[in-house]
Amino acid sequence: MPGKSRRDFLKTTAVIGAGVAGLSSSTAKAAPKNILSEDRMGVLVDTTVCVGCRNCEWACKTAHDLPAGELHSYEDRSVFTEKRRPGTKALTVVNEYSSGKNSNLPLDVKVQCMHCDHPACVSACIVGAFSKEENGSVIWDTDKCIGCRYCMAACPFQVPAFEYDKAINPSIMKCDFCFNRTKEGKLPACVAICPVEALTYGTRTELVKIARERIKRNPDKYVDHIFGEYEVGGTAWMYLSSKDFSELDFPKLGTNPAPGVSESIQHGIFAYFVPPVSLYALLGGIMWISKHRKELDEEGKL
Amino acid sequence: MNHEEINPVPIKHKYFTPGVFILLIIALNGLIFLMGRFFFGLGSVTNLNDQYPWGLWIGVDVAAGVALAAGGFTTAALGHVMHKEEYNAIIRPALLTAMLGYTFVAMGVFVDIGRWYFIWHPLIMWNGSSALFEVGICVMIYMSVLYIEFLPIVTERFIGKVKLPGFLSGLNNFVDKLLRLLDNGLSKTMFIFIIAGVVLSTLHQSSLGTLMVIAGPKMHPLWQTPILPLLFLLSAISVGFPMVIFESLLASRSLGLKPEMHVLSKLGSMIAPILGIYLAFKLGDMFIRESFVYLKEFNTVSVLFSIEILFGVIIPLRMFLSHKVLKSPLFLFIASALVVFGVLLNRINNFVVAYNPPYSTQSYFPSFGEISVTIGFAAILILVYRFIVLNFPVISLPGLRTAQPTKYTIKGAKK
Repeated sequence: MPGKSRRDFLKTTAVIGAGVAGLSSSTAKAAPKNILSEDRMGVLVDTTVCVGCRNCEWACKTAHDLPAGELHSYEDRSVFTEKRRPGTKALTVVNEYSSGKNSNLPLDVKVQCMHCDHPACVSACIVGAFSKEENGSVIWDTDKCIGCRYCMAACPFQVPAFEYDKAINPSIMKCDFCFNRTKEGKLPACVAICPVEALTYGTRTELVKIARERIKRNPDKYVDHIFGEYEVGGTAWMYLSSKDFSELDFPKLGTNPAPGVSESIQHGIFAYFVPPVSLYALLGGIMWISKHRKELDEEGKL
Repeated sequence: MNHEEINPVPIKHKYFTPGVFILLIIALNGLIFLMGRFFFGLGSVTNLNDQYPWGLWIGVDVAAGVALAAGGFTTAALGHVMHKEEYNAIIRPALLTAMLGYTFVAMGVFVDIGRWYFIWHPLIMWNGSSALFEVGICVMIYMSVLYIEFLPIVTERFIGKVKLPGFLSGLNNFVDKLLRLLDNGLSKTMFIFIIAGVVLSTLHQSSLGTLMVIAGPKMHPLWQTPILPLLFLLSAISVGFPMVIFESLLASRSLGLKPEMHVLSKLGSMIAPILGIYLAFKLGDMFIRESFVYLKEFNTVSVLFSIEILFGVIIPLRMFLSHKVLKSPLFLFIASALVVFGVLLNRINNFVVAYNPPYSTQSYFPSFGEISVTIGFAAILILVYRFIVLNFPVISLPGLRTAQPTKYTIKGAKK
């Protein structure tokens, strides 16, 4: 059966392909970027502790050379009348929401890049300008970026911002988890300045344990949900709250990594170039046969 | 490749007509806004923001542009790969449309990306998991392939007719020899490029559909599906022939030629089954995912989806099944235009309408500047197309034997 032998051939090719894949993926694991380190760091944000002083906003701008103004100007609480988003002028912002269960105090939510364990931006970026670093931060490389803004379309939290007003070298702006500070052993600027310890910096595994402990000790205070533990496959920044997260403008997301489906399609189409090369061979075959049939027909007529 | 019955010639017609002047004004208007984009940044011309990073330029200039240039690879597959010589007359116009179409897609990307001077980065900075990277690389290679496929038309135009001005005339013989060498080499290797063109097209047409998969729940469930790449590929294949018919009828009308109905009707008769397959997958996907529940609500999204399916697929599908439609230039034009419109709307829907970011305060609508640039580019494309068909042997005139001899006779005649 010609059909069967062809299928067998394809099967063999697939097996060889898988073998090659096994080899190449084991070598790829040696690279330090875009792999998940066991001791990657994270931050636990306790929205019930945060008082909305917005010192973190000032510290962040100062650490990233953005115009920050005076620290005391951040005492102005009128900004809470509207919900703000991180952008090109501020990589993190705090929004205030009405109180949750068993409390009269408002909830304050700091917003910034979540530093996903399986970031959509890293997967999407056409030139690989984004990378998930060993310490857990997702950072952007200005030397590679072409400004296509696919990361913004891909991000499930709608975090990356783009400098639309710049004609030359517009940047993608987002929290970089203070990559340059943590490299020197310093704390992220927002964590360092927080006066009430609403932000806890530590290894992600440790933070999950701490968060579980807090929920267990205060079941009346917290909702039983650590946002970011499982969302889109887990994020480095995680949140505790006394209110359902959908009421705090967190997007409702599944537990599958954001780039999962698109990557499996992408790798399926390519699968070590087997499908494109087979298609090429198939078309070549059709071309040869149809041409020869034509010639034979013409000979027959003569 | 040359068949006795077809003899493409440069069309004898004047370039400037009132319509051409209107197109020039539209083009100029677009170029003025384009200057604003390059001097003052994307924000000065577009309505894009951090919630809506992609707008009209990506949806129409790039995504729809790639789809509407599908006539190139579909006719190449039909005429060259399956060797149906009766369609040879439409291959060159389709190739020209594809070549210009992709050139303008590249220009659309160039003006849309923030750092246009880094457009070459994907060539050396690879990210295999990115669907956009795959689209980018395939489009770049395919565009080169299209230019190579077009080269024989250029050599055919000049072989035996090289007349360089003034002191350069001494080089006439040399350039002629060079062209002949090139032509000879090309006709021996062309099949490699033709097959490569078809493979590259199927790859990036489908990957263009993968692009928005990563946006996940940000994209409306009427369009968001894991089979988006398949739907994109099928819709690109189904718009290939209608686009060729649409453009061939428009060109013959504008240049005062007799429409080549015998080829176009035959081509038209193949469209209904292809559209049918696309419709089956589109509806099947909708029923499996049960996304039809969103059609019960009456809003922009459900209306645009219904228009896309009804006017872009179902009505033209019915029309192409009718013998009367296939024989009438007017109805054939309407049916083809509907498919073109349907795919254009589908790409706009996928990239702009379906995209619903979580923190948007107001929805996106393209600015006057964005629309100006998009229609300006379309106008320039038509103007360049017109210039090329008037100066290069692209369009074949049926039954005309007085035109220039075919290139094989030129080759035989030694100087």
